[in-house]
Amino acid sequence: MTLTAPDASATGDLDEAELQARFDALIEADQRIEPRDWMPGAYRKTLIRQISQHAHSEIIGMQPEGNWISRAPTLKRKAILMAKVQDEAGHGLYLYSAAQTLGISRDEMTEQLITSRARYSSIFNYPTPTWADMGAIGWLVDGAAICNQVPLCRASYGPYGRAMVRICKEESFHQRQGFEILLELSQGTEAQHRMAQEAVDRWYWPSLMMFGPPDDESPNSAQSMAWKIKRFSNDELRQRFVGMLVPQAEVLGLTLPDPNLRWNEERGQWDMSEIDWTEFNEVLAGRGPANAQRIQHRRDAHEDGAWVREAAAAYAEKRAARERQAA
Amino acid sequence: MPTPGDVAGEGWPLYEVFVRANRGLSHVHVGSLHAPDDDMALRNARDLYTRRNEGVSIWVVRSSAITTSDPDQKGAFFESPAGKNYRHAKYYEKSAEVPHL
Repeated sequence: MTLTAPDASATGDLDEAELQARFDALIEADQRIEPRDWMPGAYRKTLIRQISQHAHSEIIGMQPEGNWISRAPTLKRKAILMAKVQDEAGHGLYLYSAAQTLGISRDEMTEQLITSRARYSSIFNYPTPTWADMGAIGWLVDGAAICNQVPLCRASYGPYGRAMVRICKEESFHQRQGFEILLELSQGTEAQHRMAQEAVDRWYWPSLMMFGPPDDESPNSAQSMAWKIKRFSNDELRQRFVGMLVPQAEVLGLTLPDPNLRWNEERGQWDMSEIDWTEFNEVLAGRGPANAQRIQHRRDAHEDGAWVREAAAAYAEKRAARERQAA
Repeated sequence: MPTPGDVAGEGWPLYEVFVRANRGLSHVHVGSLHAPDDDMALRNARDLYTRRNEGVSIWVVRSSAITTSDPDQKGAFFESPAGKNYRHAKYYEKSAEVPHL
């Protein structure tokens, strides 16, 4: 991995401890760290991992929905879905740009993704068998993503926070369009209502898993919170998300598939059934329903697009040569 | 000093993107992208940063063409205005209560 070296003339006269103290003071004062500031190696590494995973998730996330563009029920639905998938591509690009400011190249990240050395959100390894899954993805998956992402707008690394602000602004349309797909199905025929309920049953638990393992089993969380990359714990965000879903499910006339879900006045939180982490770990380890297919598709797209990238580079080179000659 | 994001091994040059939201406003930096040439940078910037009518005009500029101040020397570099609070209107207190001043 190539890392942008801090400029020797600027920082050469400071030793590591002083630089670390300056960094700590910026974090303590809730100031942002910018690309050319000195930062601890572990902070840079954590960010590269998190931001590139996040970018990969957006890019892979285009697939389960892209799959439905040609089959969406109306022209308007197709147009909406296309806009949403285009947004995901945009979000991936904002995030790749943010990761690139940390010294990793786009090619390296792409390589890591298509050789399965990088992770992406395991949620995208589930199949989307019905149109109602488009609704459930928008409502639950994008909803969980928003819940995770809003606090990331205040992440201590400037370019990441700025990318997140832009993403969150665009993401709210995604959740609403999903909600409305489900609402329409839920209020439709009996078969449509059932289709909506089954999609919610499929996506509810995986969307809760998107917040990551429980706090006491999330080893990296404490450090990320100390660095103010992460602002709330996995369980806090999961609780917040469930709290938002309950009244929304009522409006939809659909049931959240957890018989033990209820507000616990005493503890001030939602009681819920145990999450099946074995499933989560299986999917994370690459044994989910669609892992291989997603990566294969991404690899094919990258390879099929090679001639376009080569042609663009050749054209740019030809024009530059012509300009040099004219000068 | 290397420009952030313009690292070795990057196939295409890095561009910074500036968008004017409306007539009468300045172009504001919105982000960056990589592109093989200026024209592609402009087209990609339109697709990436103005999908919702965010702008009426776009600038793209190669990051390598930008000269920046050094973040580690911001104290020294921006020292001059410090201690010159008489450059601000609120330094002049005696006139605070006088109307239209």
